[in-house]
Amino acid sequence: MTDTLKLSYYCPGDDFDRAGEASAKVKKALQRLGVPPDVVRRVAIGTYEAELNVIIHAGGGTVTAEVSGESTLITVSDEGKGIPDIQAALQEGFSTAPEYARQMGFGAGMGLPNMMKCSDEFNIESTVGKGTVITMRFCHRSEDL
Amino acid sequence: MKLRQVQQLLGARVLCGERWLDTKEVATCFGSNMMSKVLARGKRQTILCTGLTNVQVIRTANMTELCAVVFVEDKLPKASVTEEAESWGLPLLATPLPLEDVCRLLDEAGLPSCDKGRAP
Ligand SMILES: Nc1ncnc2c1ncn2[C@@H]1O[C@H](COP(=O)(O)OP(=O)(O)OP(=O)(O)O)[C@@H](O)[C@H]1O
Ligand SMILES: [Mg+2]
Repeated sequence: MTDTLKLSYYCPGDDFDRAGEASAKVKKALQRLGVPPDVVRRVAIGTYEAELNVIIHAGGGTVTAEVSGESTLITVSDEGKGIPDIQAALQEGFSTAPEYARQMGFGAGMGLPNMMKCSDEFNIESTVGKGTVITMRFCHRSEDL
Repeated sequence: MKLRQVQQLLGARVLCGERWLDTKEVATCFGSNMMSKVLARGKRQTILCTGLTNVQVIRTANMTELCAVVFVEDKLPKASVTEEAESWGLPLLATPLPLEDVCRLLDEAGLPSCDKGRAP
C-alpha cells in the first residue's frame, strides 16, 4: 500500500449514544486494509477515547484517519471550549466530566493518559474558546499494549 | 476456560452470542462500572462484569477486544444494545448475582482479575 487513504467522520455532540460510531468505522477500515491486529486495537482505543472527549467536553467534533503503508495518523478536532491548563488535563485523575458521563462509566480522567500510552506519537493543541486538536500516530509494526 | 463454563458457573442467561460460548476462550475477568478503567487496562480474552447496561459498555468491550460482557444483578440492556453486540460477535450474559459474588466465583474457578492489585 503506497497511497494514503483518508477517512473523515463528524461526531455530533448532542447524542452520547452515537459516541464510538466513528471509532468503530475506523477500526473496521483498518482491519480491511490488513493493518496488524495489535495496531488496530491501539488505534481503536485511542480514537474512541478522543471521540468520547469531543462528545463529552466539546459539543462534538471530527475524527479523521489517514492510513498509509507505514502508519495511521488520527486527528480529532473540535471547536469547543478548549482546555485552560493542558498539563493538568494530561494528569491521570484530572476530570471535569459532567455527572451524566460519570453515570455512564466515564470521567476518571484517564482518557488523555491512555491516548498517550496507546499511540507512538501524541500531540495536543488547545485554545480556550477556540477548540482542541489531538493527533496520534500509530506505526504499523506489530506491538501490543 | 471456555465462555460456556463461565455461563454455567454464574447461572447466566445468554442475551446474545450463544453460538460462540463453546469456542471463545477466557483468561481473566474485569469487574468494574468504570469504562475509563476498562479502556486503560482491559486485555484480550477478558470478560467484563458490570452493573452498567448503556451502549458505551459494549463499545468499550469492542474497542478493547474483550471476549464477552456479563451484566450483574439481572440488569438488562436495551434491545438495540444487544443487536449491536450480536453484530460484532460479542456475547452478552446476564446473571442475578451481584458484582462482588461474580468476581469471587470467577477467581475461585481460576479466572483472576486482569486488574489485580488496583483499587476497584
Ligand atoms: N476535546 C476537549 N475539549 C475540552 N476539554 C477537554 C477535551 N478533552 C479533554 N478535555 C479536558 O481534559 C480533561 C481530562 O480528559 P480525559 O480524557 O483524560 O478525562 P475525562 O474525559 O474527564 O475522563 P475519562 O477519559 O476517564 O472518561 C477533561 O475532563 C476535560 O476537562
Ligand atoms: Mg476522556
